[in-house]
Amino acid sequence: MARMTMIEAVRSAMEVSMGRDDEVVVFGEDVGYFGGVFRATQGLQAKYGKTRCFDAPINESGILGTAIGMAAYGLKPCVEIQFADYMYPAYDQITQEAARIRYRSNGDFTCPIVVRMPTGGGIFGGQTHSQSPEALFTHVCGLKVIVPSNPYDAKGLLIAAIEDPDPVMFLEPKRLYNGPFDGHHEKPVTPWSKHELGEVPEGHYTIPIGKAEIRRPGSAVTVVAYGTMVHVALAAAEETGIDAEVIDLRSLLPLDLDTIVQSVKKTGRCVVVHEATLTSGFGGEVVSLVQEHCFYSLEAPVVRVTGWDTPYPHAQEWDYFPGPARVGRALQEVMEG
Amino acid sequence: MNEVAHLSLHVPEPAVRPGGQPDFSNVKIAKAGAVPRPAVDVAPEEIRDLAYSIIRVLNRDGEAVGPWAGLLSDEELLTGLRNMMKLRAFDARMLMAQRQGKTSFYMQHLGEEAVSCAFRKALAKGDMNFPTYRQAGLLIADDYPMVEMMNQIYSNEADPLRGRQLPIMYSSKAHGFFTISGNLATQYVQAVGWAMASAIRNDTKIAAAWIGDGSTAESDFHSALVFASTYKAPVILNIVNNQWAISTFQGIARGGSGTFAARGLGFGIPALRVDGNDYLAVHAVAKWAAERARRNLGPTLIEYVTYRVGAHSTSDDPSAYRPKTESEAWPLGDPVLRLKKHLVLRGVWSEERHAQAEAEILDEVIQAQKQAESHGTLHAGGKPSVRDIFEGVYAEMPAHIRRQRQKAGY
Ligand SMILES: Cc1ncc(C[n+]2csc(CCOP(=O)(O)OP(=O)(O)O)c2C)c(N)n1
Repeated sequence: MARMTMIEAVRSAMEVSMGRDDEVVVFGEDVGYFGGVFRATQGLQAKYGKTRCFDAPINESGILGTAIGMAAYGLKPCVEIQFADYMYPAYDQITQEAARIRYRSNGDFTCPIVVRMPTGGGIFGGQTHSQSPEALFTHVCGLKVIVPSNPYDAKGLLIAAIEDPDPVMFLEPKRLYNGPFDGHHEKPVTPWSKHELGEVPEGHYTIPIGKAEIRRPGSAVTVVAYGTMVHVALAAAEETGIDAEVIDLRSLLPLDLDTIVQSVKKTGRCVVVHEATLTSGFGGEVVSLVQEHCFYSLEAPVVRVTGWDTPYPHAQEWDYFPGPARVGRALQEVMEG
Repeated sequence: MNEVAHLSLHVPEPAVRPGGQPDFSNVKIAKAGAVPRPAVDVAPEEIRDLAYSIIRVLNRDGEAVGPWAGLLSDEELLTGLRNMMKLRAFDARMLMAQRQGKTSFYMQHLGEEAVSCAFRKALAKGDMNFPTYRQAGLLIADDYPMVEMMNQIYSNEADPLRGRQLPIMYSSKAHGFFTISGNLATQYVQAVGWAMASAIRNDTKIAAAWIGDGSTAESDFHSALVFASTYKAPVILNIVNNQWAISTFQGIARGGSGTFAARGLGFGIPALRVDGNDYLAVHAVAKWAAERARRNLGPTLIEYVTYRVGAHSTSDDPSAYRPKTESEAWPLGDPVLRLKKHLVLRGVWSEERHAQAEAEILDEVIQAQKQAESHGTLHAGGKPSVRDIFEGVYAEMPAHIRRQRQKAGY
């Protein structure tokens, strides 16, 4: 098995899917000849031709709109929005159109598209290259929302997304593209080539959408996280020495409620971590569900650790980004509660 | 001291308001037969004039004249007349049904019947329309059962869309009719994508996009032109200019100069303006554009110049914003009467046969209505199951929706 970065794994997922199914087409800004600003689509045009992987005009609404039309025709478009921050012009096409075409036509038309977009901060992207808009999608019925945390999952989940009969939003934490990131910005990033989750099969495999994974078993407190925050949570557990169970959601919609409930019933405590802002963030949904399903097992109030309710700052991103220190304090607070 | 001229904002206004004399002197109408018919592979820049003129076939006397005439047989024209009459009768009955509280809402096509009915006949089986809400003629002219349309309008137990969509928001893949969105203009760029897909797969099918004059102001209209011209998509980009967007006159979306068709010129897309109340002209121009698309020559933009005689929808009162007699003053006449006159002139139709056809069609519509109403109307009789609310959000129902369905008791 080869070791791959998350970018290579994402590329491999598209390459494998395009090879297996000539209905899969890939397009977006700069994705054709150049291979995308993060090189996720590098080589696909050379291999599959420019009608299967091509550059799109800078027009996100157009990219989504044409993808929806292609899907109605019978293709499986996998499009790239250059940064999640730029999906807003396409938001109407995503939420009002793609998400509801199956429902409103009673299955007469469907919309098997994948919308890939780099998300999250930690690369000094400032306000407009750092957003985590997952909650804007999880609120929309008809979409599926995935956030992988490592190359192995990214490939298996992306192939599953491409094969899924419904529209899937695939949010790629760009801070993880080259290696796991545990929030210690002052330390060099360990590359994926040194990590077991960098072991990625060359060929086809899928990871089911809607299944969480327990990254670290523990009995004292449950930490619910996804994307970059999985690695931060793992670091916080190590550093505090608290016996935390870390759940990587992988898929936010549909959500693997059973895994969360089982874990919280066992530990009696819960901390939810995400990078997006606090108010009306996805963490609120997880806390509600935990309250509804685990109330009598809870020994302390559930705590959220998130980005602040401000735009993403450029220079102070390490103070914005929930790092292991903040997660560690939350763990201690919940343990004392 | 220098006098500084102060700026003032220009807000376009229609020529006349309620109480005034309708005035269409600004609508420049070419003589029937006067506009040339270029070869389909003409360079767009050679036919710039066609974006500013109006292609017409039927003249005032009911004769079909000029280079765009002669494409349809008597038989085909009689079918066209019948389809337009059917749509008109269907509209009248459904408007009444809405007034009787049998459905929440309706939108009629009065005055615009030729556009969708004639266009449909220029397409082939397997082609796809991405319509907006005033193109039911695409379904009627493709013999989609009226009773199905009514079931949809009534949201009854036989509604093919299970009560989920607003009335008139039909969907039929089999009849080349994409599911209608309530969000204006979104379908326009989707049509381009569908056409691109057909080209990617080296298929032979083409797509048609539909939009109203007001909605051309939406970004998606412009996105569609960008994508269609960039990839030379096999798509026909239709703009139905019926003069009004609810209460807003077309000058608000267009400004004071140019035409809607001319919007295509900057993109190098051949752009034609056509008399939308002339069944023969609409069909001929649509056929020309379809051939271009099918020969891989790329998109064509067509502006249909017509007039919305009825209200925008059952929630609208046009007398509040335009003269009551404006529709009578509309210089391009009534599409049904114009085709009828032509067929009478040709000796294949008569006043008697017309009256008889009207009666037959009314009967057909009433029969369909009875059948539809036997399945229920919006507030009475059979309804789709509450279970249907939860079905079909995804191909496979996820657990959270299943839990909610159980909670609802289904
Ligand atoms: C995105 C969006 N904005 C506003 C509306 C409300 N709306 C419905 S129809 C309409 C007017 C459309 O006029 P036009 O495009 O000229 O079509 P016509 O009704 O004349 O056929 C408006 C503003 C909507 N449905 N969607």
